[in-house]
Formats: sequence, structure tokens, C-alpha cells
Amino acid sequence: METLEFALEGRQSVPEFEAILVGVVGSGNLEVLVEKGPDPTRCTYSIHTSAAGFGAIWAAVIQSFQARHQLGGVAVSINDMGATPAVVSLRLDQAAASIPRLA
Amino acid sequence: MNPHLSFAELNARERVIQLLDPGSFREMLGPAERIVSPHLSLLGVPYAFDDGVVIGSGLLQNQPVLIAAQEGRFMGGGVGEVHGAKLVGLLQRALQVRPAAVFVLAESGGVRLHEANAGLIAVSEVMRAVLDVRAAGIPVVMLIGGANGCFGGMGLIARCADHVVMSDQARMSMSGPEVIESSHGVEEFDSRDRALVWRTTGGKHRYLMGDCDWLVEDDLDAFRDVAIALLGQSKVLTLQNLLDEQRMLTDRLSQVGDCDEATEIWRHFGVQTPDRVADMDAEQLRALNASQVKGIS
Amino acid sequence: MNWQALSLALFGELHAIARTGDVIHGTAQLGPELTIAVVGTADHAAIGVETALAQAQFVLDTVVNHPGRPILLLVDTQGQRLRRRDELLGLNRYMAHLGCCVDFARRSGHRVVGLVYDQALSGGFITSGLMADACYALPEAEIRVMRIPAMSRVTKISEDLLEALSLTNPVFAPGVANYVAMGGIQALWSGDLKQDLLDALAATNTVDARATLGAERGGRALAARVVQQVLVA
Repeated sequence: METLEFALEGRQSVPEFEAILVGVVGSGNLEVLVEKGPDPTRCTYSIHTSAAGFGAIWAAVIQSFQARHQLGGVAVSINDMGATPAVVSLRLDQAAASIPRLA
Repeated sequence: MNPHLSFAELNARERVIQLLDPGSFREMLGPAERIVSPHLSLLGVPYAFDDGVVIGSGLLQNQPVLIAAQEGRFMGGGVGEVHGAKLVGLLQRALQVRPAAVFVLAESGGVRLHEANAGLIAVSEVMRAVLDVRAAGIPVVMLIGGANGCFGGMGLIARCADHVVMSDQARMSMSGPEVIESSHGVEEFDSRDRALVWRTTGGKHRYLMGDCDWLVEDDLDAFRDVAIALLGQSKVLTLQNLLDEQRMLTDRLSQVGDCDEATEIWRHFGVQTPDRVADMDAEQLRALNASQVKGIS
Repeated sequence: MNWQALSLALFGELHAIARTGDVIHGTAQLGPELTIAVVGTADHAAIGVETALAQAQFVLDTVVNHPGRPILLLVDTQGQRLRRRDELLGLNRYMAHLGCCVDFARRSGHRVVGLVYDQALSGGFITSGLMADACYALPEAEIRVMRIPAMSRVTKISEDLLEALSLTNPVFAPGVANYVAMGGIQALWSGDLKQDLLDALAATNTVDARATLGAERGGRALAARVVQQVLVA
């Protein structure tokens, strides 16, 4: 198992919201838990994965997601069982779409 | 309410939310609380934030209920230490709050092998807890409709509940066909013969045998309608019930114990066209059961 | 130890326990006023529909004819029978029925004690020994869900890793000591078996306290706590 942590700048603020879970921890899949985070200028990512050694790919996927949504004050936690970057991006986007936004 | 929502395709949490009255579900020990398995990481396997089972309270037709749903896509819905304890806790809670029913949306291969000993003990703890709830006059209702079926310890637990509801897509059994094939060969049980597997363990067969009380199509609202009908419908086990069950199970062996195939059994109990059962939908099978089947249980 | 030697050790000559197929059944005297019913299996029985049904019959006979008589469930099983026929006929229902009968006996005032005297493999004793007020084992008993080589094949986790972890974590590995540590087995019986049985019959717990026991012994640290969390959620 490998645990990776990222914290990226983001200014797209979100209101208080109840934790959202998308996906399921199955083979080639992952679950993404999205919660309100403590730092309004950042989005934090904590990834727990059974596929070790892919840190650089995770970094790229996370950076790409952050660039798309610019979330701030959000904490993303992931349990991964070997999902491809495409599936990871899909789940992250699904999670982002579920977050309630300010008008 | 929902134009044909497949029960099987929804995940555990979605099934619960869609089954209960809108907005009424309050999850307990949900993913944000991160009550995870302490064992899986040591084995190089990722945990799930809810350990593969969703539990909580809500309303069904405005009546308070408790509900649990196993996530079949996480470790095959296998019961581990935390997962099992969530189920036991929910059932013990039922004794305190006395809901109109406890619903268990079972989808499981049984004991989670990675936590085998904890899972095995937990299964017996869940069984005892189910029987405690049942004895208290609170109905325990199993809703079985997931693609992974309800096997092993969960298959035992299912038959301890007041009511078992299955879809025609679902399966309920003790050992899965793969295990039987590994043990005694493909001639004993060809696990890739889907028709055979469903004739042996599927909802239609269990329904015709009387091992499940209700048969529905793979539709969320169909499950919901039956769940509503079962609110408050307790069946406290009496000695007479057990004696009747003993009699029925004994008769079953003497009457069809030598049958090699489900179709032979169905024919014995009055089904005139057993070879057409596989093509019938749940509604047709319910009608057939009512009109043709006699004296199984 | 086979069931005849066990019966001798427990009851001396004072027993009328017989064997029919894989099922052992009968009564024994533990004292002038203490008759006990004995039901179980022998020879590493595979629990199929007939075996479950026969045991249920003997439990029900006791409840009907001898209210309050304590029951000893003797466990020696290789697990559930792995045959298509048993699944076709509804093995889960037969085994569950046995479990319901054992539970009903307990609920009706019969003290029920389980004893794994040889093997308890796979799910074979879930609905017998594990449904008793308490289940015990002989120190030489084998209790496991699955051997490590088979577990390795199914889970795709190396045998080396499984072996290494099993040294410190009782959660999956074979061994009666693991079941004691986790609260599934109340205690091991050795030495004076008759006294062990008398002590077990004298216990008065009717609530399932195995999770608490597992926490106290350190083998199952979380289960009891999670149950509590659900109760107060």
C-alpha cells in the first residue's frame, strides 16, 4: 500500500456541505470522499492505493483536476485499487459535480 | 416513482436512498467517520471508508425503519470484523428503538477471507442478533437483488429472517458454484453454465421451492412496494413453527431428494411447463406459482 | 479424540450416545439429577441437508420431551457439504433451521454448550456450536476457515505474507488459539473434561458477549467498540 498527499492552490470556494462519496473500491476502481477542508485557499488530496510507484502519474492527474475545477477549502480522500488515470479523472469529476456551489 | 430503476445496478448507498422515503435516510458510521478495517492494509489491500456496508435509519411510508445494505463490489460484500459489527450494532439498536422493520439488503459472498476468523464469528453474532430482533416481534426483512448474490454466512442469516425477498436476477445459497466446481469438478457443478447456476440457486427456483417468500423483477420500486407491505409483519418463531419446518424439510427430502435437476423438482410440485420457467418474468412466475404449485412449503 | 473416547472421558459408562451415519445423538448422566442431551457429528462430517436436519430433529426432541434439559453440541466437521444437490435442495435453509432450533432451545431455558472436539472447518459449525450459549474446544482441535495455501490462491496474496502476518494477527489464520483470542471460543478444555462441562453448564450468561470477550483478550479489538458506536449513533 502507498499513501500520497498533495495540497494544491485553488480559489473556487464552496459552501459548507455534507461529505460526498463516489465510486467503490473494486478491482480497477476507486472511491473518492470529498469533504469541506480547513484551508479555503487549497484543495488537499490524500490517496491510499494498492498500486505503489505511480506517484508521478497521480500528481499529473491531480494537477489536471485542480486546474479544471480550482477548488479551495476542499479535502479529497481516495481509496484506490489500481484504477487507470482515466477512471480516476472520471471519479474526481463526478465528485466535483456533486459539490453544491455558491450562486 | 422511478421509471424502471434497476436494483442490481445501483450501489449499496443508492439502493438505501432510493428505497426509503426521500430525504429520510440518516447514515450511521458513514464514510466520513472512516471506521475502516484495521487488517486490510497489512495485506496490501485498500480499505473502504464504510467497510463495505451502509447502515442507518430512515422512514418508509412514514414509518421508522433501520436499514443495512452490503456493497457487493467491495471485497465481494464479504463480512469482516467492522462490517459484521456494524450489522450486529444495527440489530441490537433495533431492540432499543423498535422500528417497524429492519431491512437487510444482502449482497455477499459470505465471510471475508482476509478476515476469515473475525468474519466467521461475526456471522454467528449477526445470526443471534437477527433471531433476537425476530423474537422481539420486530420483522427482519432480507432484500436480495444484487449481482453477487447472497452466499455463505449471509445465506444462513437470510433464512433466519422473518421474510426473504428476491429478484429473479438474484441468487441465494450456501456455497457458490465455483467452490463446488473446485472441490468436485465441472461434472458436479459447471459454474460457467449460467442457466444451471440460476436454476439451482436463483430467485425463481428459491421462490418455487418456498425458500424466498416474494419474487420481484430487478426494479427498485418493486422492492420498495414489497418492503412497505412487510412493515410490522413480524413472524415470531414458535416451537410449532420449528416443528412444521422440520416436517416440511423432511418431506422435501423424501419427495424430491433424489431429483437431479430443478426442472424435475418443479414438475413434481405441479409446474406443468418447467422448461419455460427460465423465460418467464417475475410476474408470470408469481401467477404460475399461485395457480400450479402445490405443497412444497 | 474420537467421539467414543470423548464420551468415556466426559461421562464414563453413564451414557447412551449412539451414532447414526455422521450424526451422534443421545443422553448422558452428569450426576444423579443431571441428564444432558448430546447432539453432534463425527468423522469430520460434511454438513449436508440430511446431517443438518437430523441434528435439528434431536434438538427439537429434547425441547419437546425434556424441557430445560441441557444440551451438549459436539462438533467435528470438515465444513458444509460441497455438492450441487445440497444447494439445489436449499442447504442454507436446512443449516439455518438447525441454528434456529439451537437458538430456540437456548431461548426456552435449555443451557446449550458447544464443544469442538476434533475439527471445525469452513462454515461447518456456524449454525451449531457457534449458536450455543458458549462454544468450547479441546486444545488439539483444528479450527479454521481455510488453509493458508488455499487462501493465498483465492486472495492472490503470497503465502509468505500470510504466514508472517498470522504470527501477530489472529484475524484470518487457522488455529484454535486464534478463536479463543477473538472470543469465538470461550475456553479450552483439558484435564478434567467432566468438570469443564459442569462449569460450562453452570455459567448463566444468555447475552452474546463474544465481541466484548474478543476485545478483552485483544484478538478482536474493534468489534465491540463498533457495536457500541452504532448503539449511540
